Amino acid sequence: MEKKVFERPVIKKLSAGMPAKFGLQVRHEPVTQIDGVPIKTLMEEYGSPLFVYSEKKIRQTYKEACRAFSSRYPNVLFAWSYKTNYLNAVCNVFHQEGAWAEVVSGFEYQKALVNGVSGDQIIFNGPDKSKEELELAVQNRSLIHIDHFDELYDLIEIGENSNIKPKVAIRVNMDTGIYPAWDRFGFNYENGEAWDALHRIMHADNLELLGLHTHIGTYIMGTEPYKIAASKLAELAIGLSSKFDHQLQYIDIGGGFASKNTLKGVYYPGTDTAPSFEDYADAITSVLIKANFRHNKLPLLILETGRALIDDAGYLAGTVIATKRLANGQRATILDAGVNLLFTSFWYDHDIRPAKPMSDQTEETAFFGPLCMNIDVIRKNMMYPLLKKGDPYVIQRVGAYNNTQWLQFITLRPNVVMIDEKGETHLIRKKETLQTLNKMESVPDHLKI
Amino acid sequence: MKLKKNLAISETGFVFDPSTGDSYTLNTTGLEIIQMLREGKNPEIITRKMTKTYDVDANTFERYYYDFIGMLKQMQLVAPDEE
Repeated sequence: MEKKVFERPVIKKLSAGMPAKFGLQVRHEPVTQIDGVPIKTLMEEYGSPLFVYSEKKIRQTYKEACRAFSSRYPNVLFAWSYKTNYLNAVCNVFHQEGAWAEVVSGFEYQKALVNGVSGDQIIFNGPDKSKEELELAVQNRSLIHIDHFDELYDLIEIGENSNIKPKVAIRVNMDTGIYPAWDRFGFNYENGEAWDALHRIMHADNLELLGLHTHIGTYIMGTEPYKIAASKLAELAIGLSSKFDHQLQYIDIGGGFASKNTLKGVYYPGTDTAPSFEDYADAITSVLIKANFRHNKLPLLILETGRALIDDAGYLAGTVIATKRLANGQRATILDAGVNLLFTSFWYDHDIRPAKPMSDQTEETAFFGPLCMNIDVIRKNMMYPLLKKGDPYVIQRVGAYNNTQWLQFITLRPNVVMIDEKGETHLIRKKETLQTLNKMESVPDHLKI
Repeated sequence: MKLKKNLAISETGFVFDPSTGDSYTLNTTGLEIIQMLREGKNPEIITRKMTKTYDVDANTFERYYYDFIGMLKQMQLVAPDEE
């Protein structure tokens, strides 16, 4: 006789009282495969934990975003935000789709070049650009978005000593009604600093001012701030046109679009509340189209959204290490991936799914990572099916920031694979080994034992 | 390990503790174990029976059995002299 599937025994206290308005049971539907490839097969081949990217999903999302903007505005360009995910394979999917590179450091700049991006299709943002990095960017005719006056004067000096005019824009920070307003990057709009910077550039013979840039914040849950940002940049651009008869070629509205992850402390899930690309596109393009740009002089609209383009395409698959009870009786489930791999769990309530069918029984569970650190908490409290040691799980929407902000803390970073559009898997980043790390160290002779 | 004598346990997995007024639900394996505990069966017999019925080895079962007993103690469903 075939034996029954064992589910660990559990007893749950029933809480009497008024049913909550939103008190319906949440079912955690299992995710057993990604693009047709079983999770089990992936982990057997590449180990656990394991990051998995869906090339199909990346391309789908990119096309969706492009369609939303280009159906409303004649001239749109996306630049892939390297800091969101600079795995080369991921970057190259975006580049194949037509995205330029948006980088915020010399390291990212080099990565874009090595990926084959032409220098004149790299947007160089960020507060830290060394003189050498700026010189290289000028030589490559990259678009340099100036962050502060020190950088502006560096560029004037580089321009004086070079036969190539640096192509520049300024980053503008502003009050768009969101809190906290980001005022540490770029030049402020309200106090006139942005105009001061523009004046200085216009009076420098050796700089070519091509655009204006802003990046109003991150995970912006509304579209109104984008309307305000677009309108303030449009006003600056039109002001430049009337004052200096200078037509800007582009307006770069940055990124910050929310993905469908749920922020901690927010009741409604991100899948229900995050604006769509259509919503963002409508807000931004309607303002630009209505602004008083001269006939046929609508500037190119550049977007640098990262999170909303890649979050959905990334998965983290892993295995339950153990389950235990906390002092108050609450179940604790220890996963083999913690905040070291999932930096975003500091601000998201991540969507953790069983990777095999489970019964409808649930219990109150906290999810911890494997680190010997009290802060290693993935979810503090979920009603969850009864996981056991060895059970597989999948965390969805982890494509943004985790493979750039992950930590090599007490353990090694795992394999990353990509599933192509034909369902073939490719290892796109090898797991680290002790040798990976040790080869960067050296021990002085007198300390050798 | 003995359960409190006055617990009401239904065949569908509901438990009522008249001394506190609290109610509980059990999953299938929890119900089977609690019924055997009520019958006074010892851990060895329970393990034998469960490993025969379910796809689980004795060591794995023992781990979850004692975890379950811990839950019963936490919920004060065992007889006081047995705690």
